[in-house]
Amino acid sequence: MVETALVDWSRLQFALTAGYHWLFVPLTLGLAVIMATMETIYVKTGDEFWKRVAKFWMKLFAINFAVGIATGIILEFEFGTNWSNYSWFVGDIFGAPLAIEGIFAFFMEATFFAVMFFGWEKVSKRFHLAATWLTGIGAAISAVWILIANAWMQNPVGMEFNPDTVRHEMVDFWALVLNPVAVSKFFHSVFSGWMTGAVFVIGISSWYLLKGREKRFALSSIRVAAIIGILGTFAVMLSGDSSGVHAAKYQPMKLAAAEGLENGGERAPFSIVPGVEIPAMLSILATHDVDGYVPGINNILDGYTTPDGVYHPSAEEKIERGKTAIESFATYRKLKESDPAAAAVARQTLDENIDYFGYGYIDSKEELVPPVPLIYWAFRAMVGIGGLLLLIMVAVLWFEYKNRLAGMRWLQWIALLSVPLVYLAGQAGWIVAEVGRQPWVIEGLLPVKAAVSSVSVAAVQTTFWLFVAIFTLFLVIEMRIMIKAVKQGPNIETK
Amino acid sequence: MITYDFLQHYWWFLIALLGGLLVFLLFVQGGNALIFFAGKDEDERQLIVNSTGRKWELTFTTLVTFGGAFFASFPLFYSTSFGGAYWVWILILVTFVFQAVSYEFQSKAGNVLGKKTFRIFLTLNGCLAPLLIGTAVGTFFTGSDFTVNKSAVGDIASPVISRWGNAWHGLEAVTVPFNVELGLMVMFLAISLGALYLINNIDNAKLASQLRRSLCICFSLFLVLFLVICYHLVTMEGFAVDAAGVVTMESGKYFTNLLQMPVVLIMLLIGAVLLVTGVAMTLMRKEFKRGIWFAAPGTVLAVMALFMVVGYNNTAYYPSIADLQSSLTLANSSSSEFTLRTMAVVSLIIPFVVAYIAYFWRQMDKKSLTTDELNHSEKY
Repeated sequence: MVETALVDWSRLQFALTAGYHWLFVPLTLGLAVIMATMETIYVKTGDEFWKRVAKFWMKLFAINFAVGIATGIILEFEFGTNWSNYSWFVGDIFGAPLAIEGIFAFFMEATFFAVMFFGWEKVSKRFHLAATWLTGIGAAISAVWILIANAWMQNPVGMEFNPDTVRHEMVDFWALVLNPVAVSKFFHSVFSGWMTGAVFVIGISSWYLLKGREKRFALSSIRVAAIIGILGTFAVMLSGDSSGVHAAKYQPMKLAAAEGLENGGERAPFSIVPGVEIPAMLSILATHDVDGYVPGINNILDGYTTPDGVYHPSAEEKIERGKTAIESFATYRKLKESDPAAAAVARQTLDENIDYFGYGYIDSKEELVPPVPLIYWAFRAMVGIGGLLLLIMVAVLWFEYKNRLAGMRWLQWIALLSVPLVYLAGQAGWIVAEVGRQPWVIEGLLPVKAAVSSVSVAAVQTTFWLFVAIFTLFLVIEMRIMIKAVKQGPNIETK
Repeated sequence: MITYDFLQHYWWFLIALLGGLLVFLLFVQGGNALIFFAGKDEDERQLIVNSTGRKWELTFTTLVTFGGAFFASFPLFYSTSFGGAYWVWILILVTFVFQAVSYEFQSKAGNVLGKKTFRIFLTLNGCLAPLLIGTAVGTFFTGSDFTVNKSAVGDIASPVISRWGNAWHGLEAVTVPFNVELGLMVMFLAISLGALYLINNIDNAKLASQLRRSLCICFSLFLVLFLVICYHLVTMEGFAVDAAGVVTMESGKYFTNLLQMPVVLIMLLIGAVLLVTGVAMTLMRKEFKRGIWFAAPGTVLAVMALFMVVGYNNTAYYPSIADLQSSLTLANSSSSEFTLRTMAVVSLIIPFVVAYIAYFWRQMDKKSLTTDELNHSEKY
């Protein structure tokens, strides 16, 4: 019997690792573009000032980079250590992008990071610039492949179940790569990294302005960062829009939970906060049609038919069919040597119900509803903070363009205080994406409780607290080192 | 004709290659094991940290890619070993995690724990990572306590496929002498490689002489352990698998494999000769700094040969001592033919990746590292 506590602790451990990882990765993605742009200006203009600007941000990039790597390796191996059933059941599909990520992206990042950091005196200016861009491109390519893998968990495509090997097997590599969810997810995540990098640079630069230090450095950094941040935010909004459409199409329960929508229908309203709604807005966002049908939680559990006549079975029916699929699978495995004719019948029943296989492990329909308040508020935090940050970046850029930013202490304070907000938005985004998928590890195919490793609860609890201690220690140290480095400053200008 | 069987063997070759490269790149760990033993003062220790610090990400990346490639090509190993020998892999990961931040943190103001602590982390990772990885690989020859039952997916209450047979979850590997001997052998090999790399990469006569002393001690210990392991390999029983996939114990299986696969035997011998040559020339000629150029391909070849001995020629590469028929073979643990074929196409990029790494490595290492350079440029 798989213990609920084991599933919960294993989930918690993975969430902890992913959460910490996602503290460091967005800054890597965003800062890479910002400092590469700065170095490009240096190479184009030959102005040493820009070299020193780029080098300062590279210093912070390097401090952050190391912890991202440390948390990343744990994530990769946790698929095996804590989700061993998952690793076999879908490893035929899921392993490929992880391997490709290593071959294509990690070596690129590792090689060019060393050139970028230590190669100033060893390679030519242009060569060095190429290395800086390639470090950032390596990070983005890494995001491509890990998000292809993640998108497949949200919208599994390009595979078939093979009862002989007892796993899903890849039959269409390009369906996996070009999964529409992967495309949106990539842009949404990478450009949210641009936002993080931009808000980080603007915030720290504003601190210098507040302290009356490094004025030229701070204003120049803000200009570059704000432009990249604003571009990134628009891309985040566009990809967020398509993510919403994809959620409606492939993960309607996630969307309903994010909206707290109990009973849906046509012209579904969008909830700003409880009690405040915009009529028909959810239909527009989810289907790009004011009359679009959006099912609510109860509709999904009770079954519904969309206006185009497509019937979606109720939770009970899906669970029933799932149990039939699993029983047929067991019968097939038992009889395939001794009674091929009976096995063939079982196989046919299995094939007819395979789409609901994962539902067979579900005990009650309530299990199919993710924790609504958490997702509802996480979604609002993500979108609300994102909108606020856009306003702040636009204001900062506008007043800098008007040469007034240096004297606007209130805006500098807001910019500085927005740094923790961007991290909050990033974490909230992952909560929507990952908690919103519950109880599934792979949407509709495999629930978390059928994916977990057979390890003792005590073992997972031990490693969970071990990782809490290690990651928190690293976070504290990183923040202290960063603060010291920032206080020390780029030393470009004397007071 | 590219058959499924060929693809499984091709992917095992790539796993062997990545394994070989990983053990070679453990020179980073080996070098770090010497921070306090060969580095007698701050300058020397800083040189060691900065020298391995410019390569550590390659080792790390190779480890990650090794894991990714194993996941993609032999997912049943990934699920059985990682989920089963839980504590061994967690320990390995934790040592690497501390290593990953230690370079960047060790000399920075505000690092809370102080420079020495981070260098101790590097040293611990330097010793423990090769030791634990070697011990874990030892179980490829001696077996582990697990069962695999794919039909368990049909049991709604408890659908776990791979189960470990004891609560030690991998730690019990240390009770088998062969595993520990292999672990120690890999550790002393890594330290020897680390010394060879540092002698090549750092321009400091006093440090070089201390490194030669460490090399002499560690390589001697390595050689003793290597001979012990060779003795075991020739005499021990192995896990043979027949055409129907049935696993049986066969006496002298690994020795038979070497004899029946002369190419592998030659790889092992050439590897050993290159390794000994690189070390011997370094120890005998004071001005000779290129020992790593011999030892590196020697290590890769020898480790590849070991992986081939344990995976090829109808051998179960991850055997189960709890239930022989649960043992993992290339045939029963691999990905589907489609995935292996797709990934085989992807793997064609590997020579290009190796080439650009080598090119940039060369660019960065044209001049040996000196204290003077560290004082005038970016450093850890």
